[in-house]
Amino acid sequence: MSTLTKVVGWVDDRFPLTSTWKAHISEYYAPKNFNFWYYFGSLAMLVLVLQLVTGIFLTMNYKPDARFAFASVEYIMRDVNFGWLIRYMHSTGASMFFVVVYLHMCRGLMYGSYRKPRELVWIVGMAIYLCLMGEAFMGYLLPWGQMSYWGAQVIISLFDAISPPLALWIRGDYVVSDATLNRFFAFHVIALPLVLVGLVLVHIIALHEVGSNNPDGIDIKKNKDSKTGIPLDGIPFHPYYTVKDLVGVSVFLAIFSAVVFFAPEMGGYFLEANNFIPADPMKTPPHIAPVWYFTPFYAILRAIPQKQMGVVAMGAAVAIFLALPWLDRGIVRSIRYRGGLYKTFFGIFIVSFLILGYMGTQDPNLWYVNPVSRVCAFLYFMFFLAMPIYTKLDKTRQVPDRVTA
Amino acid sequence: MSDSTSDHGRRRLLIGASSLLGAAAVGAVATPFVMSMLPSARAKAAGAPVEVDVSKVEAGMMLTSEWRGQPVWVVNRTPEMIEQLGKNASRLRDPQSENTDQQPEYCKNTSRSRAEHPNLLVVVGICTHLGCSPQDRMKAGNAAGMGDDWPGGFFCPCHGSKFDMAARVFQGVPAPYNMRIPPHMYLPSGRLLVGADENTKGA
Repeated sequence: MSTLTKVVGWVDDRFPLTSTWKAHISEYYAPKNFNFWYYFGSLAMLVLVLQLVTGIFLTMNYKPDARFAFASVEYIMRDVNFGWLIRYMHSTGASMFFVVVYLHMCRGLMYGSYRKPRELVWIVGMAIYLCLMGEAFMGYLLPWGQMSYWGAQVIISLFDAISPPLALWIRGDYVVSDATLNRFFAFHVIALPLVLVGLVLVHIIALHEVGSNNPDGIDIKKNKDSKTGIPLDGIPFHPYYTVKDLVGVSVFLAIFSAVVFFAPEMGGYFLEANNFIPADPMKTPPHIAPVWYFTPFYAILRAIPQKQMGVVAMGAAVAIFLALPWLDRGIVRSIRYRGGLYKTFFGIFIVSFLILGYMGTQDPNLWYVNPVSRVCAFLYFMFFLAMPIYTKLDKTRQVPDRVTA
Repeated sequence: MSDSTSDHGRRRLLIGASSLLGAAAVGAVATPFVMSMLPSARAKAAGAPVEVDVSKVEAGMMLTSEWRGQPVWVVNRTPEMIEQLGKNASRLRDPQSENTDQQPEYCKNTSRSRAEHPNLLVVVGICTHLGCSPQDRMKAGNAAGMGDDWPGGFFCPCHGSKFDMAARVFQGVPAPYNMRIPPHMYLPSGRLLVGADENTKGA
């Protein structure tokens, strides 16, 4: 017996090392027909690790104090060795996190990955998304620029619309101030990352319990090898998908680096020009818009000319995803075997989401912004609210027994 | 332990009672943590009234000062602006300032100002929608880019809320209320005191 085998044996007697590796990596059988859309789960994990590492190094020089915060970020950018690189990786990472998460969610929608028995995988995933939104929002206050300040002011006012004492409790002051900055720092660097990592583990454990879905939406556990009990359409995650994901990682990192080095501000979409001006509680910038990943919901908020209703609609636009497993009454999971009715509603949903995202970045005083946002918000909600009807009426195609190449 | 010797009713009662006490303890321990996030004594003390010299604000001009970390505007309105206020009523949400949370009793009038200086508007420069600070669009008509029928007032860049020259909100915009008039009074020296008035104890 080699020394390594002995050491592993010693650990295995005390900790389920080999069995955990087998259950989740080397003998976790995933469907063999994963396509392009299946890169984004592992990429989200990669970005999470990038954010954690760059974040830790940023805290070494950042000062969570309203008097010093803005200057400490400039210090990181100008004087700290490679500070600019670490910060740009972190700010680009934030946007890329949402890019991969939105694509990951879109995959779930297309292939019905939220359907029974994966309801909890979906719900935990939504919890991760909410946590990520909180993390992004609080992180955006930390540079203490004009957009940081007024963005936080607007979002906290959403709570004010529901309960003023709640908004006071969140701010810890009568206005967004040093107290707010300090606590957002605490939440951003400790509280939410812990929750996020925990939720990711739960997400993966829940997924591995029920097994991965696939582009055909077929349950591969129905066709098992009679001798080994291994799904006929399944292949072990390692080495097959670890190698496939490495290809995805290479391509992703190439794009990521291109943004970091050539366009870290991304024309004002990743880092906004107004945030290079220190926070001024006396003066709102002439045009404020959230970072691109919040704009679809922001457009819905603005489209409704009544404060409380706007807040409710915005919250509902996010929360309604949670109901998805129970709204879908179709007999097939994957869009591949759905009929034209579903495809039409799905297409309209994606297009309205994108248009809402664009409208959320535009000046609300332009004549078309609010009317177009209203139409798109209606179509957005119709995708969900009419789902029990159109998925039932839809003419689906016969699903094959085995996955297709 | 075999079933015959255990008393299930008693066991359930004990589990229930200890769970209840445990939950109460968790609630009690959570209280100081939750309370620690409310404004501190220092934050509460920072809300003292501020004095503003308004003698140099010319007609048609505005001055921004700070009270409780928020912008407070002092606007010296021209006679034309005051005259226009009476004609806006049909386009406003709350022309009579019925919402008593948004101004002290002595400012519940068309110009939303104190009787001593009806031309002076003193208002917290924060939009009642989501807390942005509106911009001045005091010139009437299309000069301010607000359309030909614009009577002059303020415009919030965040979500497009509009207010007139008495900071009263227009209909059909997201802001629900008129902007807030803080308690204020004019001192014998002619200076303006923001944050306190005759009704404030110790003022």
